[in-house]
Amino acid sequence: MAQATEITPEIVSEHGLSIDEYQIILDRLGRAPNLNELGIFSVMWSEHCSYKSSRRHLGKFLTKGKRVIQGPGENAGVIDIDDGDAIIFKMESHNHPSYIEPYQGAATGVGGIMRDVFTMGARPIALMNALRFGEPNHSKTKTLVDGVVAGIGGYGNCVGVPTVGGETNFHKGYNGNILVNAMCVGLARADKVFYSAAKGVGNPIFYVGSKTGRDGIHGATMASAEFDDDSEEKRPTVQVGDPFTEKLLIEACMELMATDAIIAIQDMGAAGLTSSSVEMADKGGVGIELNLDDVPQREEGMTPYEMMLSESQERMLMVIQPGKEQLAFDVFHKWELDVAQIGHTTDTGRLVLNHKGKVVCDIPIAPLADDAPNYDRPHTPTEKREPINAETIALTDVSTALLQMVGSPDLSSRRWIWEQYDRHVMTDTVDSSQSGGDAAIVRIHGTNKAVAITTDVTPRYCYADPYEGGKQCVAETWRNLTCVGADPIAITDCLNFGNPERPEIMGQFVGCIDGMNEACRAFDYPVVSGNVSLYNETNGVAIPPTPAVGGVGLIPNLDFYTTLSGAKDGDALIIIGETSGWLGSSIYLREVAGSEDGAPPPVDLSKEKLNGDYVRRLIRDRRTHAVHDCSDGGLLIAATEMALAAGIGVDIHRAPNSCPISGWYFGEDQARYLLAVDPNSVNPILSTAEGKGIFAAQIGTFGGTKVSSNDGLNLELSKIRSTYEAWLPGLMES
Amino acid sequence: MKTAVIVFPASNCDRDAAMALEKVTGRPAQMIWHRETEIPSDIDFVVIPGGFSYGDYLRCGAIASRSPIVKDMVEKAKKGLPVAGFCNGFQILTETGLLPGALMRNNGLKFVCRPQRLRINNGNSRFTSAYGGTPEVTFPIAHHDGNYYAEDAVLNKLEKDGRVLFKYVGNPNGSARDIAGICNEDGNVFGMMPHPERAIDPLHGGTDGINLFKSIIESI
Repeated sequence: MAQATEITPEIVSEHGLSIDEYQIILDRLGRAPNLNELGIFSVMWSEHCSYKSSRRHLGKFLTKGKRVIQGPGENAGVIDIDDGDAIIFKMESHNHPSYIEPYQGAATGVGGIMRDVFTMGARPIALMNALRFGEPNHSKTKTLVDGVVAGIGGYGNCVGVPTVGGETNFHKGYNGNILVNAMCVGLARADKVFYSAAKGVGNPIFYVGSKTGRDGIHGATMASAEFDDDSEEKRPTVQVGDPFTEKLLIEACMELMATDAIIAIQDMGAAGLTSSSVEMADKGGVGIELNLDDVPQREEGMTPYEMMLSESQERMLMVIQPGKEQLAFDVFHKWELDVAQIGHTTDTGRLVLNHKGKVVCDIPIAPLADDAPNYDRPHTPTEKREPINAETIALTDVSTALLQMVGSPDLSSRRWIWEQYDRHVMTDTVDSSQSGGDAAIVRIHGTNKAVAITTDVTPRYCYADPYEGGKQCVAETWRNLTCVGADPIAITDCLNFGNPERPEIMGQFVGCIDGMNEACRAFDYPVVSGNVSLYNETNGVAIPPTPAVGGVGLIPNLDFYTTLSGAKDGDALIIIGETSGWLGSSIYLREVAGSEDGAPPPVDLSKEKLNGDYVRRLIRDRRTHAVHDCSDGGLLIAATEMALAAGIGVDIHRAPNSCPISGWYFGEDQARYLLAVDPNSVNPILSTAEGKGIFAAQIGTFGGTKVSSNDGLNLELSKIRSTYEAWLPGLMES
Repeated sequence: MKTAVIVFPASNCDRDAAMALEKVTGRPAQMIWHRETEIPSDIDFVVIPGGFSYGDYLRCGAIASRSPIVKDMVEKAKKGLPVAGFCNGFQILTETGLLPGALMRNNGLKFVCRPQRLRINNGNSRFTSAYGGTPEVTFPIAHHDGNYYAEDAVLNKLEKDGRVLFKYVGNPNGSARDIAGICNEDGNVFGMMPHPERAIDPLHGGTDGINLFKSIIESI
């Protein structure tokens, strides 16, 4: 089986393997690998597939809970939502490809995350996304926004899964590396969840879906390295998506999953046929033998190396119950998909590949997965910053500041984006980006319960203090789910960072994880799935640390839920939670005072829990007409968003003995909620809060057509709305 | 009363249409696979659902309009079988020639999804009679190719014959004369870009779609 190509140090290095890593391969094999084998080792040991820099830290996460059916380690996490129903969800990055080719990069990101979910037996019911772009006036930003949004819409809309929410930020830290994180939520029966562990010996292995082409070869390796000025040359390593095939694949898999024909199933994502076959074999403790001549191929003359490393989209690998082959063929033929039996399971523990009558790869599987490098990279903690004293931050004209804020890149309306996404297909969307609410709400089909879904992270906090920022991103998703009346259940995460070989970046990574984990434990809110994206750097400049969190909660009964948009004329505006006027790392400081300094707001997890549990209780007791948390931009932005959503003005006043007005209106203290309630409910709500040791006060009244206060704030809602709506279309049409 | 929904590869509003039909008729709709060759004779009303049939390859609706089941549907529609197509279904109906004109790319060039106000332009048709004089309704729209085009002579005739059943209030896609939905000369075939099947339940944000289904079903 000797192959002509001699493995030189140059070839090893081109495959992204270090000398030490190559030495391990030599030791494990007892010989030099051939080129196919080297390619397989290189993708399996890439950062993207092996998590070699992050694995030991990810192990700290809380991953178990009373509703967790499957935590990290499978294609997606699975949680129990009662009545035999399960929710399967995950978030994943497609950052590197989306920067190189925004439409296809983003589209295939959506396709990939959906496959992770329906691979496990769940019908996808909702899509979310978390996007970060560079400065608005950077030369590439508009093109990237345009392509990414069109790609997300183009894929999700066609497959017919509603894109119900997400978040989008702009910051110069992403000029050279945008972030495209996509999340999918699916619905399955708890007793019909499918896993990837291959079982048995001699069981047929089926290949289903699109043909294999030369696209995306070494995509996983690309995603495991920094960018430089020549990165655009990597365009051929970006995959091309076909949502039509994906839709057929979903329906065909659902149909076959309703039978007992499937033993194990795994989608071909990063590192394609290599990682899917290796992972299935490794999890099941079996070997796999494949005949590559039987792989459906899009192009002639493909080599084993190309077939094993291709990242062609919309492909699945299955181990089929012997005797059920014809059933599988029939279902996939009905849906006009390529299907082939390409091999079988063995008891050798080896991956054996045959091509044109020759064995072109014969390696043990265990080292590929279990013996992958696991590095304890040096990490230095981020230096703590001083808080900013609100007394030193002037606020002369509240009206001007409010307009400046609502018309700023991070706070303005995202309508231009979400109008390009089908948010209603499947007709179970109860609330989506359309309302600007804290969490999307999607009904469980045929029932009166719903899942609430949110994505969140505040990268400027994580940059200033990774630990507090890590706590905050988890806490904010928990708060967002609480705002709609859901019981928060679990999270998925997408950890986007720079080059882990730099101790300060690794310090950000470890800090964020430790903070996130602390919050997960405080809320009993486990991590059930996730993804790590490192090397988000260009020419040595890293992105701000961005651990995006996707939270999922359950609304047991849709007779009791709230959004931010239900305020009524005459309602009282109540704040829950204290305001100290925390302006460090706030949007006000950046947009109005022109500084990104200061420590971010500390997150008091016990107060978060106390306040949030109280708000959820009030929603379930039908005491609230509208609820919104105070996050980016602070209290006045939150109140204004409630007024905009309801189409009713609000008059606000400061709580007695409050902090300076800059901090009161725009401080970003955590653990705070705004409630619109009937005036008759004010006293009971405040007195119960007092009894629980929760700060609560009435700070305004809804009515009229203005946002106003006795601090000189006086703006027509229509004026605010036009400023709020104008920014993003203005950018994209400029 | 028996209703049916035709399912093409990558139809994606088929279940939504079936749910709406079941809600209004009280009976489950029959799902008919595109490879079948005949619409059963006991079917009283057929919906061609939204989606991306055949991935919108070639032209939206073009391949679906040539599928075996559509051939039979066209023949039966010409003999009076009531048929409605929503979104991709409307595109398919124009491709079959049952309805005149064509749907081009939105004039804004983007996919557009929003609740859309519509004026009921003719409240006396088989698809609008149950609205009882309501001037406006709101249905969601979600399409990339909803820009209705036909020659002036065709548009004039449609308007003169009262076959423009719905017009946009605030044109979202550049459609000629704000046309959102039209019917054939006999009034039994109707197509529109908006999604009445997504306005059936209070949780959808409104129930304006119910009367459209009621209208046609009461007329049978």
